[in-house]
Amino acid sequence: MNKRSLVSISDIGRDEILTLLEQAACFERNPNRRLLEGRVVATLFFEPSTRTRLSFETAVNRLGGRVIGFSDAANTSTSKGETLKDTIKMVSNYVDLIIMRHHLEGAARYASEVTDVPVINAGDGANQHPSQTMLDLYSIYKTQGRLDNLDITLVGDLKYGRTVHSLLQAMRWFGSRFRFVACPELQMPPQYIEFCRTNGIRYSEHVEFSPSVIQGSDIIYMTRVQRERFTDIMEYERVKNCYTLKASMLEGARPNMRILHPLPRVGEIDRDVDDNPHAYYFEQARNGLYARQAIICRALGINPADI
Amino acid sequence: MTCDKKELAVAALRNGTVIDHIPSAALFKAVRVLGVESMDKYVTIGYNLQSSKLGRKGIIKVADVEFSQDELDRIALFAPTAVVNIIRDYEVVEKRPVTLSDDIVGIVRCANPKCITNNEPMDTHFHVVSRDPVVISCHYCTCSVAGKDAHIL
Repeated sequence: MNKRSLVSISDIGRDEILTLLEQAACFERNPNRRLLEGRVVATLFFEPSTRTRLSFETAVNRLGGRVIGFSDAANTSTSKGETLKDTIKMVSNYVDLIIMRHHLEGAARYASEVTDVPVINAGDGANQHPSQTMLDLYSIYKTQGRLDNLDITLVGDLKYGRTVHSLLQAMRWFGSRFRFVACPELQMPPQYIEFCRTNGIRYSEHVEFSPSVIQGSDIIYMTRVQRERFTDIMEYERVKNCYTLKASMLEGARPNMRILHPLPRVGEIDRDVDDNPHAYYFEQARNGLYARQAIICRALGINPADI
Repeated sequence: MTCDKKELAVAALRNGTVIDHIPSAALFKAVRVLGVESMDKYVTIGYNLQSSKLGRKGIIKVADVEFSQDELDRIALFAPTAVVNIIRDYEVVEKRPVTLSDDIVGIVRCANPKCITNNEPMDTHFHVVSRDPVVISCHYCTCSVAGKDAHIL
């Protein structure tokens, strides 16, 4: 197992997070430094994800590395019944780094245990997506100048949303306050409430997405209600538009407030918000490139400051 | 006098193992996990016996069998109060509680159908996150389960 693998956001502590954010800022100033000359990286996407895969592949390409891989398990020997272990061991012969997405939870953790090549988890089922968390942190850091002492409001699907769970796990190192806004069926699950209590994270739970909540926020993190998580379609239809953010709701918001969304968005942010200065979700997606470059360099033991 | 009676009850075996202080609710699971049903030795099973410690308890007495440490510690997941008495020549030569190690490998099945451990030939691995009550979490998918609800393989 390679110690520089990144499988879960809880693999890295406060200092490493801050170092990665500084490096992401470096890469934003220049994303085209040829730090990965001569390196080959595998993007193994057993489950398709165009956005994340393109972001990682761009990150490698702009750093001068080469990419091999696949974007769908149907095109691989997995469809012939090959075990994940065998696939990872085979690919490990060819590459310096593995970036993988898989529909099963724990797949990336297992992969990191069967190879000495570092593994970056690009999403394993409903479990973790640490590079998303890093780009979220970078976006917050960039727009607010800090991670501590902020008012962060999480809205929408707090029950199944892996991005909000991960963000909470990362934010335990920084003393910010959280508001959880969700309809009763999609509230933050008990184990995360317990996590907040155990880690001294201040939080409050709300059902109403009220003006006072919006005006009291530095960051509003909107999430999509994921239809694919519901077994009962009628229940999904009832809650899917629980909270829609419209431009008119932004009056009186703090000037520094920014609206984040892990994308894709469906109905939860109205189109009329896109041109509002508080909207940040598209820049947030672009920050993914720089955050991923920082994560890739960490995985390969490359310190950009040394070069 | 009461003490003697109690000791006699436990040492009624000539040689064998007595597992005492099993919570009643966990008794039959313990019987299954220890594979007692497939043994051909003399076995006594007590259920819903009075217990000052537990209210109601279960007890398993198996003649001529000494279980391995691993086998006995499996029941620590759902019967952490259990006490093992090894009997030799009518004497209790050893008396110790079952122990729950911090990591449990290959014994418990993960309840999450989307966990990699249920879809790939590999050992399961759980961490003990709480001992009272016993709660374990999957090393791979991080799903937690109470020890008493754990599915023992």
